[in-house]
Amino acid sequence: MKVGLFIPCYIDQFYPQVGIATLQLLEKLGCVVEFPLLQTCCGQPMANSGFAKLSKGCDTNFVNNFSNYEYIVAPSGSCVLHVKEHLQSEDNPELAKHIRASVYELTEFLTDVLKITTLDASFPYKVGMHNSCHGQRGLHLSSMSETVAPAFSKPGQLLQMVKGLQLSYPQRVDECCGFGGTFCVFEEAVSVKMGKDRIKEHTANEVDYITGGDISCLMHLEGILKRQGSNTKTIHLAEILNSKL
Amino acid sequence: MKDHASLAEQFIKDEARTDWHDETLWFVRQKRDKAAYGLPEWEQLRTWASEIKDHTLSALDNYLVEFETNAIANGIKVHWAVDAAAHNKIVYDIMKAQGVKKLVKSKSMLTEECHLNEYLQQQGIEVVDTDLGERIVQFRKEPPSHIVLPAIHLKKQEVSDTFHEHLQTEKGNNDPQYLTHAARLHLREKFIESSVAITGVNFAVAETGGFVVCTNEGNADMGAHAAKVHIACMGFEKIIPKAAHLSVFLRLLARSATGQPITTYSSHFNKPRHGQELHVVIVDNGRSRQLGREDFRNSLKCIRCAACFNTCPVYRRSGGYSYHTAVAGPIGAILNPNLDVQAYSDLPFASTLCGSCTNVCPVKIDIHQQLWKWRQVVTEEAKVPISKKMGMRFMAWILDCNVNYKAAGKIGRWVMRNLPFLVKNKLNPWYKQREMPDAPKESFKEWYIKNKKA
Ligand code: SF4
Repeated sequence: MKVGLFIPCYIDQFYPQVGIATLQLLEKLGCVVEFPLLQTCCGQPMANSGFAKLSKGCDTNFVNNFSNYEYIVAPSGSCVLHVKEHLQSEDNPELAKHIRASVYELTEFLTDVLKITTLDASFPYKVGMHNSCHGQRGLHLSSMSETVAPAFSKPGQLLQMVKGLQLSYPQRVDECCGFGGTFCVFEEAVSVKMGKDRIKEHTANEVDYITGGDISCLMHLEGILKRQGSNTKTIHLAEILNSKL
Repeated sequence: MKDHASLAEQFIKDEARTDWHDETLWFVRQKRDKAAYGLPEWEQLRTWASEIKDHTLSALDNYLVEFETNAIANGIKVHWAVDAAAHNKIVYDIMKAQGVKKLVKSKSMLTEECHLNEYLQQQGIEVVDTDLGERIVQFRKEPPSHIVLPAIHLKKQEVSDTFHEHLQTEKGNNDPQYLTHAARLHLREKFIESSVAITGVNFAVAETGGFVVCTNEGNADMGAHAAKVHIACMGFEKIIPKAAHLSVFLRLLARSATGQPITTYSSHFNKPRHGQELHVVIVDNGRSRQLGREDFRNSLKCIRCAACFNTCPVYRRSGGYSYHTAVAGPIGAILNPNLDVQAYSDLPFASTLCGSCTNVCPVKIDIHQQLWKWRQVVTEEAKVPISKKMGMRFMAWILDCNVNYKAAGKIGRWVMRNLPFLVKNKLNPWYKQREMPDAPKESFKEWYIKNKKA
């Protein structure tokens, strides 16, 4: 299966290891992965700040890079949701529509398209799951505590396949970590307080790692953990699923 | 004026109190969850509620006229107020005609929105809020901090001190039962003294011309039953077509608000009692404008249950006053910009867009989507700091094409590694309480070109 790999800008720049893990994992699972070299960003930073009109350039670039793929996969629920909800193209509305329907967050691609049931991975640590809001409430990667419906979790399902991994959830299972894009700087006080509160619940579970599907949330939590001098680390789901420790 | 971010920062300075505030409201959210999970048909009820409200808004003019016709036939006097000032004047004129100077008022967020208390007090009228929480904040000359739990920001000790000052209760006696008993005695007197009672309206039924008021304390009933004149004030979106629809809304309202199956009192007022005057004031105050905004129209479906407040991780950690307006929280952040886009331009940004509000909303308002859309409007219509605009343009310029992006990334990471003081300083809000991520030598793209490109 041919897959267009979309690596969001902040992963590309600050967390290349997440991109590498995603690529290797998809290849291991038999996909032919192509990484369009002229890709940059999905435009979400501008759009969520109220400047959607400034994200047209990003949209055009995205369409140029990804219109040839049946499957576009990215290790970020937030960026995938942005593309799904907001990607527009005045010149090629059909192509934009095609992309919006073909873009997948990594975990849902594994569970729903590749439908994997086993995984050759091991990660002998205590891991706390952070449900990032855009993946969860936007893409429905897992059930949500607010709505009355049967429980499920696509990332949880995948983590179950990893040998040696002990999975735990914080008490408030899907409360936001406070990253929120530019919220994290414009509302710095609330943002950090929210992050600290998430961390408190994870450390109560004595986890070695906090994981999730969005490195943006993890970067925010990591920043706080490091400032606190904590031993708890953050790691992207793709890195765990690609681990053989 | 201070914006949400700075008011929130002030609030959070007292971290222990912030934790207490967060946990108190989270407890209410959990009670709501339990009540919702208790009804297998919960999501179906939300869908019905949403559809009834959508339908009503699509034919609001007809339903309002139907309500008016039926209310008048029932002997109710119906008034129309185009804005807050008109609403306040209508109430005052009724008072004047009665020649009375005192009134009791049960909870009505509309009268908060219209600043009725301040207006009437300026005319020399004594207004007594009879909802316990509202009475507490009224003693303290504070506005409500939450639309259902007006004094939720106060601790028992503070209530005790307030009552000691105003009701001469024993100093330091924090016993809730003792304090509510004192409030009850005090309020009974006020009920008896006042010949005018104001109540809010939760649901106005077009088909019957009657309306329903929901309270837990029965204070709306005490007021309305003791007074010669009952004035009910409502925003025009409170209409529902049929009495049967109450079977949907009454089941949702209290469960969403506090986790109770139903409010203790759901009182139906259909006509004045013998010898009583019953007035209904129907208020627009910007609602027509909101109805005309396609993207924001369905915010008028709100039944003011405050579930979105209790679930909002930002509200819980910043308190009601950080929204500097009568209706705070997520719903306030999409209603207030309609009233004054400049004054409330900060509110759509007081959210991470996590979407929890949308999920709890019993009438399925797409709150977080509307926050996103208001952001787009605000940057067009309100004054945005030029630095923010320029910053966004610059960011867009970098991200638009691969050449600029690659260069900027490389330079940025080089700076972070070699000149860390440029980013690790007080001017960088990220760095205030968080470390910067490590800046790797190689981006993913660089790695890919080196290792993978055939
Ligand atoms: S927006 Fe929805 S959740 Fe919020 S107060 Fe209104 S009805 Fe309740």
